Amino acid sequence: MTETAAASAVRGSKLLTVLKGARPFGAGSGWVASTVFIALLVGAPVAFILAHVFVSSGDVWEHLAQTVLPLYVVNSVLLMLGVGVGVMVGGVGTAWLVTMCRFPGRGILEWALLLPMSMPAYVVAYTYTGLLDFAGPVQSAIREVFGWSSTRNYWFPEIRSLGGAIIVMSLVLYPYVYLLARSAFLEQSICVLEASRTLGRGPWKGFFKVALPLARPSIAAGTALALMETLNDFGTVHYFAVDTFTTGIYRTWLGLGEPTVAAQLGAVLLLFVLALVMIERVSRGVAKFHHTTTRYRHLPGYQLRGWRSLAAQTFSFTGVFLGFVLPASVLAWWSLRHSVVNLDFLPMARNSFLLALVAALAAVAVGVVMAYAQRLSPMPATRAAVRLASLGYAIPGSVIAVGTLVPLGMIDNALASFIFEHFGVTTGLLLTGSIAALVYAYLVRFLAVSFNGIEASLAKVTNSMEAASRTLGQGTFGTLRRVHIPLIRGSLLTAGLLVFVDVMKELPATLIMRPLNFDTLAVRTFTLASDERLMDAAAPALVIVLVGLLPVMMLSYAVARSRPGGKS
Amino acid sequence: MNKMFSKPQPALCGPGPHCALNPNGGCAADPLRMAPCPPGSSCLIMDQVSCAYGETRVVDNVSFAVRPGELLCLLGPSGCGKTTTLRMAAGLENPVEGRIILNGQVVGGGGVHVPPEKRSVGFLFQDYALFPHINVLANVAFGILDKTQAERRERAMEMLKQVGMENYAEAWPHQLSGGQMQRVALARALAPKPMLMLLDEPFSGLDKRLRDQIRDETLHVLKSSGVCVLMVTHDPEEAMFMADRIAIMRGGRIVQIGEPEELYRRPAASFVASFFGEVNRIPAKVKGGAVNSPFGAFPAPGFKDGDQVDLVIRPEALSLELGDHGIATVLVSHMLGRSNLIHMRVDSEQGAPIHLHARTTGPLPHIEGARVSIKLDRSQAYVFPAEDQSDPEPMPEEVQAPPPSLGSFC
Amino acid sequence: MRMPRNRSYAFSLIGAALLVGASLNAASAAEVNVYTARKDHLIKPILDKFTQQTGIKVNLLSAGEDQLIERLKSEGVNSPADIFQTTDVARLNRARVEGLLQPITSSVLEKNVPAKYRDPQGYWFGQSARARVIFYSKDRVKPGELSTFEDLADPKWKGRICVRSSSSAYNQSLLAGMIAVDGLEKAEAWSKAIVASMARKPQGGDRDQISAVAAGQCDIAIANTYYFAGMITSDKAEERDAAAKVALFWPGQQGRGAHMNISGAGITKSAKNKAEAVKLMEFLSGAEAQQFYAEVNNEFPVLPGAKRSQLVSAWGEFKEETMNVAMLGENNAQAIRVFDRVSWR
Repeated sequence: MTETAAASAVRGSKLLTVLKGARPFGAGSGWVASTVFIALLVGAPVAFILAHVFVSSGDVWEHLAQTVLPLYVVNSVLLMLGVGVGVMVGGVGTAWLVTMCRFPGRGILEWALLLPMSMPAYVVAYTYTGLLDFAGPVQSAIREVFGWSSTRNYWFPEIRSLGGAIIVMSLVLYPYVYLLARSAFLEQSICVLEASRTLGRGPWKGFFKVALPLARPSIAAGTALALMETLNDFGTVHYFAVDTFTTGIYRTWLGLGEPTVAAQLGAVLLLFVLALVMIERVSRGVAKFHHTTTRYRHLPGYQLRGWRSLAAQTFSFTGVFLGFVLPASVLAWWSLRHSVVNLDFLPMARNSFLLALVAALAAVAVGVVMAYAQRLSPMPATRAAVRLASLGYAIPGSVIAVGTLVPLGMIDNALASFIFEHFGVTTGLLLTGSIAALVYAYLVRFLAVSFNGIEASLAKVTNSMEAASRTLGQGTFGTLRRVHIPLIRGSLLTAGLLVFVDVMKELPATLIMRPLNFDTLAVRTFTLASDERLMDAAAPALVIVLVGLLPVMMLSYAVARSRPGGKS
Repeated sequence: MNKMFSKPQPALCGPGPHCALNPNGGCAADPLRMAPCPPGSSCLIMDQVSCAYGETRVVDNVSFAVRPGELLCLLGPSGCGKTTTLRMAAGLENPVEGRIILNGQVVGGGGVHVPPEKRSVGFLFQDYALFPHINVLANVAFGILDKTQAERRERAMEMLKQVGMENYAEAWPHQLSGGQMQRVALARALAPKPMLMLLDEPFSGLDKRLRDQIRDETLHVLKSSGVCVLMVTHDPEEAMFMADRIAIMRGGRIVQIGEPEELYRRPAASFVASFFGEVNRIPAKVKGGAVNSPFGAFPAPGFKDGDQVDLVIRPEALSLELGDHGIATVLVSHMLGRSNLIHMRVDSEQGAPIHLHARTTGPLPHIEGARVSIKLDRSQAYVFPAEDQSDPEPMPEEVQAPPPSLGSFC
Repeated sequence: MRMPRNRSYAFSLIGAALLVGASLNAASAAEVNVYTARKDHLIKPILDKFTQQTGIKVNLLSAGEDQLIERLKSEGVNSPADIFQTTDVARLNRARVEGLLQPITSSVLEKNVPAKYRDPQGYWFGQSARARVIFYSKDRVKPGELSTFEDLADPKWKGRICVRSSSSAYNQSLLAGMIAVDGLEKAEAWSKAIVASMARKPQGGDRDQISAVAAGQCDIAIANTYYFAGMITSDKAEERDAAAKVALFWPGQQGRGAHMNISGAGITKSAKNKAEAVKLMEFLSGAEAQQFYAEVNNEFPVLPGAKRSQLVSAWGEFKEETMNVAMLGENNAQAIRVFDRVSWR
């Protein structure tokens, strides 16, 4: 929007209202109260983990610092750097090519580039290890052909290494950047780019000087998501024998039996992530990334020919092939060869699907309430509570699982004894080991995923749109229902789908918090894989991928249609 | 949020016969002197209203009333607090001081805040804020509550007919031109039959030619609906075209309020005079209760000797006559369409030469370098306290975007 | 309109889920709830048999043992769990130390489980025994070159040893046993020497170590016997081929015997179905269940006189370590610190 006097006044007044903590729209205290309540509820495990920082833990820290911690830190930093570069190059590059260029196969790539999202990183790690390690078919074939017998005869890149972990994680995580960068490029006004062309910049310069900086918040957000997943990951690095900070957390907790120190390490990790986010915010400085014009036209697209077209195709298809086609084929091959495909998977697939669905709906509903309440009453208290609630994403799943389990157990036990004292009924634990508790844990972990998306898209609904509805007689709830939700339904869908896919893949919280006699696909995959029955794990893993595929397809469809004015 | 609304408030009303408007046009409000509402009282009273963000007082002790059927215009440069005042009337902001009385009911201030949806106000936004996810008819019907589907439709169609958009009922907002969007937005705001219409720079998104036409149509629609209107603009010409009365604002305060002609003819401040058009400003010192100038002495009542003042003269108050005995030399003359602008230099005895502009009609006299004598219409010359030169200029014509990308949510 | 409907749907789903959860938690007539770290398929068939015979329903929650310990801790006295079952003695010991288990006296269990495979106070009982041994390449190593685990510290094995990460409870228990026998200093020196002799960075599971020997990446692997057995009987040709190139060596036969560990279980302090739980524990120590462990996973039955699987019998008799496995649990934390200090990842 052009910076008209009134518009800037509105924005300015909003900013000032934030500073002052006033309630511009006379937002109902109900919204604030419920938001703070929800946020505190969801933030409780995070707070619980952070509280460990102040508990003394004897000499464990000293032991860790003197022995393994430096290596963990170095590995984590290298892994993050590698994956960060990987996902940015892969995600931004493919997003730009697919959005702005025309070449054969672009239509397929548009959605196919998202496919690796349905692949749990640990599953991809299994398949590549199975394929490429010393005893795997590739190296065996090489030895066969050349008559070699051991590694002393030849050199082959070690897949179980930091490099391997970087490649595998980049392959499955680049879609986060692709998704957000593509949305940003689609939203960019072509006029801005044309202005850049008329100012004498070529297409490349236009990309680096205009499009990229404009898309920077989105790229940063996507990269941040990918890096948080990287930091959280345990399965992949464990499998690849790369000891990261997260390995340290697990080892301290599981091995040394020091949950307190593990939580402290988790808190350190959290602070590190926060610092990263802050640095990005600060470096963005006062520059605003509002789009200054809303004149959209059909994106022209640079027609690529010859080697350029070939290069674009190769670059884009590589990600799809290595991140999805190859591992999925390997899974399919293993499943067909080794696993008896049986109906055991059916109830598990149903469990996984229903859990993911309920969690996605809950995350979207809670995300909407929190984002809207924050919009209505941007008070410091609301903001702080909301931030706390969305920190869960930065904490390794297993730490979150424990952080959730412990307070939940306290509440649950208090509830049980309360009911027993007052009604004489022995209820046992009502929450722990229930689906509700599991959904709660997912909320703790993934609320940030839905909230951030919803918050961002809610911010795009102009203030006057809201004011119009209010002056036309709709209250806050009516406005949310009749204006905001229809307007941001695309983002709601996206947010829900992201959570859905994440929950399908989620392991640590599911493992520790699920009810008796209740299995999901991820649990089964992990159980088989950890029993060194990789090939048998292929079948449930494949089902995870297949079930996750549907939402990913819907997601790419939603993104493709999201271009402003792209309806007609 | 309903508790504020349900709190019973004594019905108060605006300046009745007992409440003389103070020179600023607002009611010298003493709440205790407010009488129970007689018929014909004001739609809206802003009673010593202030709005502040932190230390900054965006609106500072503003009082005025909008009378039934009246169109009151808040005019001022950007950042003068006029939009905030409007938003307070709508309930989109809440005053830190003072009270807002809507149809005899306190709706804002003093711990009361009736939310916008309970105020029965219509708001016409600068960017129109049409809902992009529903069609034109549904947009207009959006605010019509408590009626059957058919009645809502009927009422919405009726409104669309009034603004000449009945053929676009099924169209989508993104298919409309700026002018069409403005009309739909007007119909939508009027459809629930609000007691008060609030217009926030409603024509700034339109190009000049279309603007004149839409402005005219809007005025007729508003006047025929009989609703009271509070409108915000930075364009003095627009204000004079639309308004029954104009409140001119600056720095969060009302400088002067009155009918357009009154403001033009009898500006209360240098700022008011210059806001309606370019003026000649001659700095001077008061001497013996008067100001001396090349055009003779002007009485300066209310000033002490030695006070620094500005003699403000509208260019059209000057008429020129060729003659070697004239006091001024013509530097340049330009034809501006309906009038000519003549630049002159008057050599003054006291100090630096004075640069004056005169506006004349008729054919452009090609008289560069000629000596002219100047005749002054003294009713268009004013003595005001000297102001610093950072005086807010009338805002330049702003380039407006079409409403924000409505399609982005389709 | 869309959202509220979705939301109320979500809420009712959550509500329903809560009820389901609650009803699952509510105790019905005869059942017993087991938190197990054993893999489903290695325990489910024998539990089904128990249900068949006794009519007692067994509800299962399988997860990592450490996660289960955390869950038991947080659930406290209201925990629905009756039995906590692990694949390694160290975690049983930790559960006891954390106060999650209760001691039981059962003449059946005491008769069926040898003293070295159960807690002296009856907090937990072994259900199957596993041996951690040395595997060697038939081509490149002569069995005469091998003697004890301690001997693997010899420089002649430099660059020839494959062993998994120290995160594995099996390695932790191996070292814990060594600490108990040889003392901390010697055990640490040994670990250091092993790290120096590794053919590659520790990675993968026990099967991977054996496969690596077969593939020529190393000559010596340290692994549990039942993994080897699993490879020999595998339906995958490449696993069978690999196993054929590798042979098993019983270390320490002249000295303290082969390193033994157990899978086992204890009854939780919060057990609501204690009688049923004891019944299940006794059943699992009985002949039928012991036979199952021996056959299905080629583990060693703890029940004296129970038959080993044919395959395991073919490896011949060997001398087992005699110390009570409880020692392994007690030295566990020390073992991990040693691993950290010598950079055995």
